[in-house]
Amino acid sequence: MLIVDKEKCIGCGVCEANCAFGAITVEDGCAVVNDRCTLCGACVENCEPQALRIEGAEKSNKVNLDEWSGIWVFAEFRHGVIAPVAFELLGAGRKLADARGVSLAAVVFGDGVEAAAAELIAYGADQVYVVDDPELAQYREDVYGRIMESLIRDQRPEVVLAGATAIGRSFIPQVANALNAGLTADCTHLAIRPEDGMLLQTRPAFGGNIMATIECPHSRPQMATVRPKVMAPMPPDPSRQGEVIRVEVPEGLLRSRVEVLESVLSKQDKVNIQEMEILVAGGRGLENEKGFELLRELADELGGAVAASRAAVDSGWIPYPHQVGQTGKTVCPKLYIACGISGAIQHAVGMQSAETIVAINRDPNAPIFDLATYSLVGDLFEIVPLLTNKIKENRGR
Amino acid sequence: MDIIVCIKQVPDTKDVRLDPETNTLAREGVESIMNPFDRHALEEAVRIKEELGGTVIALSMGPPQAEAVLREAISCGADEGVLVSDRAFAGADTWATSYTLARAVVTLGNFDLILCGKQAIDGDTAQVGPGMASQLKLPYVTCVQKLRTMDETGLVVERMMDDGYDVVRLPLPALLTVVKDINEPRVPSLKGKMRAKKAEIRILHAADIGAEEQCIGLAGSPTKVVSVFTPKPRGNRTVFSGTPAEQVEQLFAQLRDIL
Ligand SMILES: Cc1cc2nc3c(=O)[nH]c(=O)nc-3n(C[C@H](O)[C@H](O)[C@H](O)COP(=O)(O)OP(=O)(O)OC[C@H]3O[C@@H](n4cnc5c(N)ncnc54)[C@H](O)[C@@H]3O)c2cc1C
Ligand SMILES: Nc1ncnc2c1ncn2[C@@H]1O[C@H](COP(=O)(O)O)[C@@H](O)[C@H]1O
Repeated sequence: MLIVDKEKCIGCGVCEANCAFGAITVEDGCAVVNDRCTLCGACVENCEPQALRIEGAEKSNKVNLDEWSGIWVFAEFRHGVIAPVAFELLGAGRKLADARGVSLAAVVFGDGVEAAAAELIAYGADQVYVVDDPELAQYREDVYGRIMESLIRDQRPEVVLAGATAIGRSFIPQVANALNAGLTADCTHLAIRPEDGMLLQTRPAFGGNIMATIECPHSRPQMATVRPKVMAPMPPDPSRQGEVIRVEVPEGLLRSRVEVLESVLSKQDKVNIQEMEILVAGGRGLENEKGFELLRELADELGGAVAASRAAVDSGWIPYPHQVGQTGKTVCPKLYIACGISGAIQHAVGMQSAETIVAINRDPNAPIFDLATYSLVGDLFEIVPLLTNKIKENRGR
Repeated sequence: MDIIVCIKQVPDTKDVRLDPETNTLAREGVESIMNPFDRHALEEAVRIKEELGGTVIALSMGPPQAEAVLREAISCGADEGVLVSDRAFAGADTWATSYTLARAVVTLGNFDLILCGKQAIDGDTAQVGPGMASQLKLPYVTCVQKLRTMDETGLVVERMMDDGYDVVRLPLPALLTVVKDINEPRVPSLKGKMRAKKAEIRILHAADIGAEEQCIGLAGSPTKVVSVFTPKPRGNRTVFSGTPAEQVEQLFAQLRDIL
């Protein structure tokens, strides 16, 4: 519960202004908390007279923290390749492991994944747990979840990281729930607190309007899914040595209640926009499906992919997996070129953390210009081809 | 087919903006809405009911005012609204929310299918659906973009993946989380609105669902928020001028370093 110390409260209203949920009002010179309070703690921090505090019982089924050691990374393997985010996680995991003075392990499931182990070691893993079975060729929530849970119960890592991908975000919550472990979704920053070795997990909330740092003080492992493209992989070193641990799982763990009848790889969706360094995005301003051909040419020239606003997706010009924003994907590429996109907040939350944003729009007052690093005011049908040609020319030289 | 749809009331993000002057959240007139993904879950449930018969219960955990989204759900075709509400639930993270909703489901009794949205737009975690499935030991599939076939024994769905989609068969009872591709939600009918107005929303407190104290609210949440802060504002901004060709020249000069 959020408690207001009536003696200390001076009714300054700072808490009211800082509350994103409208949960505090100042009445008769004193803060009053209503039912909207989520105990996020923003007010507590900003209360200069220290009149606010959060109180609550602690979960009684605490684990012995000392029994848990080591950093783990789930290395997603699908259709014969390791997802790039696994290498990024190893880069981040290496730093955490070194800060804690513990080892870094990768866990990989699949059919024919042995070869992947060497690659994971080159990218920083000290150990690789390999679960190789034809039954694992297809992704199934329950099987992946149960195997991961049983490995974690056996080995007791203190931290488990996975990519915030379709797969990671679907089965990791099941694992965390079964283990009574805390799980932070879609993190963009990870660090070890020097004083007590706790994992500090930072993630955007409210569509990126605020950031929250989260810890799991009493539960283990500390689990997080991490957004693709925000952590840097280490350069691979093929001479690195590591241990490959083959795990035989009991047949019971491989039995599933769900059956994958077919796995359809769509050519167009094959590029995952979350993994791209360069995105050329289009909105309603493109007018039709053809407009996207212009963008595709530019994207091809830049070695990037095409993304879209919801308006473009809803118009049927491009399929949903390309949608960026609140109800689409969150991306943070190096370069995001927004063409004919107004920059509505629901779109902005999905792309505002891109390193460089270029906006092309004929309306000088479009909100997208508030976000853009570089703003071009004009007709995209003129500007985009000019830019494509410019880059083409330069390449020719 | 008896279906439970989990619906969350969330603040409308389009209203949640950063005040550039003070760098705090400007929340004048922040309205609460039904989580957009949950609207699609509800629509799917109502369509299934229309085809196969059965009931649709809209279930929400939240403060008393969350009743509004349940009424809205009834106006869009749900038969009943159940609100799980108690001061003791405050501060729940996704673990405690999953637990609480799962206890509520057990309390409600029989069901064939639970539908959730892919994620709630306030926290964007996408963890409550799989968490509930884990609590209830149900088979589940996330990010369903299409329900292909369904009968008493099971369903065949398309699960959206990063590189395409999988066609998955699963038995009932089961839990699905859905993305917006699955359907186009209807607008409430006048009759529905009338019904919603009169409907009685059932309230369940912590004691009603047999929730253990150490599993709910802040106490039941393994994650703790250490701090909340506003992100760094974006760096320098440049607005080009001139003819399209001139602007492209200027942009190209800048991008050279990146490309
Ligand atoms: C609950 C909810 C969730 C949502 N989720 C998302 C989401 O995930 N992602 C998302 O993108 N949106 C989302 N939206 C929709 C969002 O609010 C906007 O409606 C949408 O982003 C607008 O898309 P747009 O910018 O392409 O279209 P518009 O807003 O119509 O903007 C088109 C822009 O193109 C410019 N233009 C037109 N012609 C040209 C030309 N020839 N040259 C240059 N410029 C031109 C115009 O000046 C205008 O600024 C959501 C909305 C709601 C309510
Ligand atoms: N408090 C809640 N009440 C009802 N349903 C919820 C609640 N929180 C989450 N859900 C459901 O779980 C889904 C995922 O939410 P989240 O894990 O918070 O992103 C939502 O789309 C809802 O269907």
